[in-house]
Amino acid sequence: MNAAAEWATVRVLWARDVKRFFRQRSRVVGALLQPVIFWLVIGSGFRSSFRLPGMEDLDYAQYFFPGVLAMVLLFSCIYATVTVIDDKAQGFLLAVMAGPGSRWALVMGKCAGAVSIALMQAAAFLLLLPFAGAQVAGVDWFYLVTVMLVSSLAMAAAGLTMALWLDSQPAYLALMSVVLIPAWVLSGGLFPLKGAGPVLSALMTINPMRFCVEGLRRALYGDGAALTIGSLAETRYEVWVLLWWALGFVASAAWVASDRK
Amino acid sequence: MFGVLGPNGAGKSTVLRILMGLWHAQAGSVTFQGARLPPPYDALRAQAGVVFQRATLDDLLTARENLLASGRLYGVRGPRLNERVTELLKVAGLVDRADERVVTWSGGMKRRLELMRALLHRPKLLLMDEPTSGLDEAAFRTFWVQVSRLRMQEGLSVLVSTHRPDEAQKCDRLTVLDEGKQLVTNTTAVLSRYVGGDVVTLEVESPDVTAAVLRASLKVDARVVDNTVRIEHPEGHALIPRVFEALDRGTVKGVTLRPPSLADVFFHLTGRALSSRVSNEPEPMTIRTEGQP
Repeated sequence: MNAAAEWATVRVLWARDVKRFFRQRSRVVGALLQPVIFWLVIGSGFRSSFRLPGMEDLDYAQYFFPGVLAMVLLFSCIYATVTVIDDKAQGFLLAVMAGPGSRWALVMGKCAGAVSIALMQAAAFLLLLPFAGAQVAGVDWFYLVTVMLVSSLAMAAAGLTMALWLDSQPAYLALMSVVLIPAWVLSGGLFPLKGAGPVLSALMTINPMRFCVEGLRRALYGDGAALTIGSLAETRYEVWVLLWWALGFVASAAWVASDRK
Repeated sequence: MFGVLGPNGAGKSTVLRILMGLWHAQAGSVTFQGARLPPPYDALRAQAGVVFQRATLDDLLTARENLLASGRLYGVRGPRLNERVTELLKVAGLVDRADERVVTWSGGMKRRLELMRALLHRPKLLLMDEPTSGLDEAAFRTFWVQVSRLRMQEGLSVLVSTHRPDEAQKCDRLTVLDEGKQLVTNTTAVLSRYVGGDVVTLEVESPDVTAAVLRASLKVDARVVDNTVRIEHPEGHALIPRVFEALDRGTVKGVTLRPPSLADVFFHLTGRALSSRVSNEPEPMTIRTEGQP
């Protein structure tokens, strides 16, 4: 395979996914409204009963904001990859698979599209940052963007692995509900790692989504907030852990994609 | 043009999918332009255009955008790509609708656009997997008129899989597949001579009984196919009066005499029908008289 064909495949798939996103009005509206509603409803629901030892000033809406931001990335990547199931069997993707690009290029193109859409949706949600108690000037934007980029790459590649492996959307959605949604619930976005029971705490410790939420929280509110809530080190290790997860999921997606039956 | 003819499940799509690099072959090899290729046959895929059994266009993109995306995949870009897209849209008669999303298009229009998409990068080989599946007769004819024209213009080799005898008849050479096995490969003219002469088909009440009577009395190879009695005979016109003499009056409801088709060749080779009915063939008309069911 030549590099031009690989690059062309990545570019075509990326451009197609972005174009498709903006042509589906309901998807754009849903992508913008769902996290806002989620944040407002759950955030205000738990506001009065949520107290963090040592961080009494932090209300639940503030605490929950990085969790919803992680959810925006996750759901965006899920929606961007679930269509692969039909697309690979009888859609545009089948024509791409028969084209001159390799399966690696296909995976990178789909991931690039999903990551771009996820980052755009996250950027829209970040407009609410002033209402989430964060000092906009104090946000570590470089770290925030890096964590979002690497996290969404890991999520997109994980979703793509599932979508390439499975043959039906119901199976994908079932797997999503037992793997991806619990991963988000146990990410520390809904409740902190500290204070959770031993089993939950163990699950949360090994959960890749945790590193996403902790990285986002660290970038938005600083090291102090992240450490009090449950981060394990003062160094910014989350992005490196996420990078390994991302590389692992990209490799798994490429491996599943290269299976030609 | 080379065809692969066989019923559903014969292995036609498997052959095409292996050549397209979608599936691994468990055995055998692929040779393209004199060179034996390692899987997944990159050199072949780069120089082949593909038309799938089902539409693989992106419904949310316009016709022009679908063509542009495909051209870029194969490394065609810039003014050369724009010119080629416009040229092919004109050939397909779709230039006026080029900027419409294809989601609302008919099956025939989508097929024509898929054919143009497969030819964007000027491939040497066109692979088509049951390309007219689901099309009505008018769309079928239009599609093949365009394939024939483009074959001449572009100097294309075509490999097509089909279960339709009329589609297979358009090929120069043909291989017949059944249950994953290659039965025979030859020109369509030679294959048609596999059947001994004419084919006589009888519509009767009890095909099994009638076939047995004809086998016993006329010593002909009468077989039951799709609830009719079918006889291959060197001189069908001479056989028909003898059939009527051999059977009780009123037994035969209808009789057909015709030269053999490729469906008859398949039956001759396997003893089974290629398909009970071609998908686009109209349902037989039933005439009911008053007071009778």
